[in-house]
Amino acid sequence: MINIAPILFYVFSGVLLSASLMVVTARNTVHGVLFLIVAFFNAAALFLLAHAEFIAMILVVVYVGAVAVLFLFVVMMLNLEGGEMHRGIKGYTFMGVLIGGVLLVELLLMGLSWYTAPEAFDLTTAPTSGLKITNTQALGNLLYTHYALGFQGAGLILLIAMIGAIVLTLRHREGVRKQNIRDQQERQVRESLRLIDIPSGSGV
Amino acid sequence: MIITLDHYLIVAALLFTIGSFGIFLNRRNVIVILMSLELILLAVNINFIAFSQSLGDLVGQVFTFFVLTVAAAESAIGLAIFVVYFRNRGDIYVGDTPIMKG
Repeated sequence: MINIAPILFYVFSGVLLSASLMVVTARNTVHGVLFLIVAFFNAAALFLLAHAEFIAMILVVVYVGAVAVLFLFVVMMLNLEGGEMHRGIKGYTFMGVLIGGVLLVELLLMGLSWYTAPEAFDLTTAPTSGLKITNTQALGNLLYTHYALGFQGAGLILLIAMIGAIVLTLRHREGVRKQNIRDQQERQVRESLRLIDIPSGSGV
Repeated sequence: MIITLDHYLIVAALLFTIGSFGIFLNRRNVIVILMSLELILLAVNINFIAFSQSLGDLVGQVFTFFVLTVAAAESAIGLAIFVVYFRNRGDIYVGDTPIMKG
């Protein structure tokens, strides 16, 4: 039987790289966000090939389901299409290619020269070989015992981000009639009811 | 033919380069810069996962989990800032951001 994992790897990484290139070069920001979704799906497939099933599913749920949709929502809400799109893009392309090329050459030089220290394999704190449980169970065991503090910290970060986003975007509108229950309950009879003696035969 | 750690590292290096290239290339609106940051963090995650599989250690996946959390929080806050900025200015063109200096 032919081993299809390498073929899948090349397909997924090729689509991932071309989609991410489209993200940064797309003229239309909505197209950019859609290509970002494609890139995240392919990255999730690469994670599956690396036997990280839980992280792959989290990537699909959190990134495609929440973050990319948030991007799409904001892009559509801000209505960015207009004359701004073509303003001043030429001047920075050379700089971007230069800095990106330098980074790529440095990273590839690192990739050519690194090696794993022989004692590194003895330092693994949570070995995956010989596990009888699924990836999700193993990750849960690790996360809820040895990394419980970090897990709580992650929850705190998300809480702060939520509060910050709400505080930033909350807007009090002027001139909108709203029901104020406290005002209604504090009303007294003397300020809302007035008895007028009307002499008989005359109008109000 | 077998997929080794180096294959993942090369893909992650290319993705990181594309992300940083996108930050410099883009001068139209800030949202594309935020998406480039997401791509860079994705490259970091690919490195974590690749080393986790190569060394047979699950801790790399735990760190990927934390990176994902921070990336989600960062993009939520960033998009909220852009919404406020757009409300005040009417666009989010990058070249005008120095007006935020005090």
